[in-house]
Amino acid sequence: MTVWDSGRIARASRLQAGARYAKGKHVARKDATALLEAVIQPGDRVCIEGDNQKQADMLAAALAAADSGKLHDLHMVQSGVVLPEHLDIFERGIARRLDYAFSGPQSQRIARLLFGGKIELGAVHTYLELFARYFIDLTPQVALIAAVSADREGNLYTGPNTEDTPAIVEATAFKDGIVIAQVNEVVDKLPRIDIPSDWVNYVIESDKPFYVEPLFTRDPAAITETQILTAMLAIKGIYAPYGVQRLNHGIGFNTAAIELLLPTYGERLGLKGKVASYWALNPHPTLIPAIESGWVKQIHSFGSEVGMDDYIRARSDVYFTGPDGSLRSNRAFSQVAGLYACDMFIGSTLQIDLQGNSSTVTTDRVAGFGGAPNMGSDARGRRHPSEPWLRAGKEADPDSPALMRRGRKLVVQIGETFGDKNVPLFVEHLDAIELARKLDLDLAPVMVYGDDVTHIVTEEGIANLLLCRDNDEREQAIRGVAGYTAIGRARDAKMVQRLRERGVIRRPEDLGIDPLDADRRMLAASSIKDLVRWSGGLYAPPSRFRNW
Amino acid sequence: MEKLTYRHVAALRAKGTRDQAIVGVVASGNLEVLVERGLPDGECEVEIRTPVEGFGDVWSAVVVDFVGRSSPGGLKLSINDGGARPDMVALRLAQAVRAIEGERS
Repeated sequence: MTVWDSGRIARASRLQAGARYAKGKHVARKDATALLEAVIQPGDRVCIEGDNQKQADMLAAALAAADSGKLHDLHMVQSGVVLPEHLDIFERGIARRLDYAFSGPQSQRIARLLFGGKIELGAVHTYLELFARYFIDLTPQVALIAAVSADREGNLYTGPNTEDTPAIVEATAFKDGIVIAQVNEVVDKLPRIDIPSDWVNYVIESDKPFYVEPLFTRDPAAITETQILTAMLAIKGIYAPYGVQRLNHGIGFNTAAIELLLPTYGERLGLKGKVASYWALNPHPTLIPAIESGWVKQIHSFGSEVGMDDYIRARSDVYFTGPDGSLRSNRAFSQVAGLYACDMFIGSTLQIDLQGNSSTVTTDRVAGFGGAPNMGSDARGRRHPSEPWLRAGKEADPDSPALMRRGRKLVVQIGETFGDKNVPLFVEHLDAIELARKLDLDLAPVMVYGDDVTHIVTEEGIANLLLCRDNDEREQAIRGVAGYTAIGRARDAKMVQRLRERGVIRRPEDLGIDPLDADRRMLAASSIKDLVRWSGGLYAPPSRFRNW
Repeated sequence: MEKLTYRHVAALRAKGTRDQAIVGVVASGNLEVLVERGLPDGECEVEIRTPVEGFGDVWSAVVVDFVGRSSPGGLKLSINDGGARPDMVALRLAQAVRAIEGERS
């Protein structure tokens, strides 16, 4: 007899094993590790919720404390490898295989564990891609998630930092998996229900609120004048001519500078209402002056940002909020929005090669990508037209008949030619290739492929790769904005000059940018305190950003 | 401390009438540029004092590009460097020429 409900039977036996630690759905903090040992089985696919922002940190610690005799060979399928505990479980032999998307702070240790053979790497994904695989071949048997509060029945309020939770729970709960939530507190009445109780199996009240990293907070005080120059180039040379209304920004200082120049430089160029109105974006504090100046119509967010909750609550025309008034973020939907409904992604990177491929992976740091490969790629399934998309498509392929020509998403990489510690942004070969060879990977971890990149902006100018007709032109266009790096100095000066005459390369002087405007006084806010002032006192920055 | 001096032929006399100007600040990763008139119209001199030694070839390349892209004829530019990256140096030099030009009409 074929059994057609083995998953359901397995879930029942897991729940039975866990029942001795639970009163209803509620489990005491002290029993967290014992519960995990009871419901997880060796070899399970397990997701510890955590991305570049929120962390199910208590549950991560509880799993890391498990007996590796009972729990071993787990296959971790999770957005972020961010906390030390995420790697402790590999060091201790509890987990063996890893599929993930992002690992900012642990990027060096993860590289060591990969080289040491402690981690079997599946792949480094983009967020949306990993969520997609939750529904196809990487469905978690057990998900460990984080919520703000639960009620007695186990309904969850995930609050402003809802982020990945709905995607993880959907995949786990509806495929016979077990969902375990850590919550900051158990209350009688929730502000709103984000996850209904019958999708949740266990709730554990944590001894402290789950951790959230203020990753999207950039202190305007740290923005340099060369970053301001790159920002002016982007605004005048890309936002304005293409009329980019719908967009996503990365998290670097260059894009923070753009946000702070919209109400000043952008205003002077008469661009208000013509660019930067609709966003897939976290609640960046540096966007406050543009919002307050009436630039922004609507923002959908992947997550929240520490200190922004009251401001968001008071600006519900701009942000997505629930009936309780607080932000509703959703990483999966916002990534979809960034892929299909935005005309531009602009962000920074660590390395760009001569064909425009870029990666944040270096030989000793496997940082992962988060959302960048998704945002920074052309959506081949897109079918709706828009002005910037059509224009970019025409630049790339001027000879095809308009009705049959695909548009192109603008994918812009922006940065100074030299990064931190004078490390050049431009390289002959990406470190990612060397890493893939050493680890025997089938695929080098490339963040944005060169054939998706449409523009590269540095302080030296803009290279419009859409207008390049062959690989030689492409290479010289990139060398032509690579400044005084070895790549830049090895340019073919004559060819670069011809590219400039064709408008493939545009320098600040070609765009009529006055170098004297590259001045910190051009920023709408020059400090975190200025941002608080712009917000009317609603923005409450975390203490590490307060120096007053 | 290293001192470097470059003299170049400049195609055009620098615009404007101001006698001198200063841009930038002497700070780590930054630099100050004093720009003065006084040289013949077809000449330009850039003098650099930098605490970081051994980057003469990069300085030389930055100065060559600067003379080619701006029109600094008749100018002497004195750089007090605080270990700035070439991208910052190029920006300050462009700013210096704009600053001595004065207000644009």
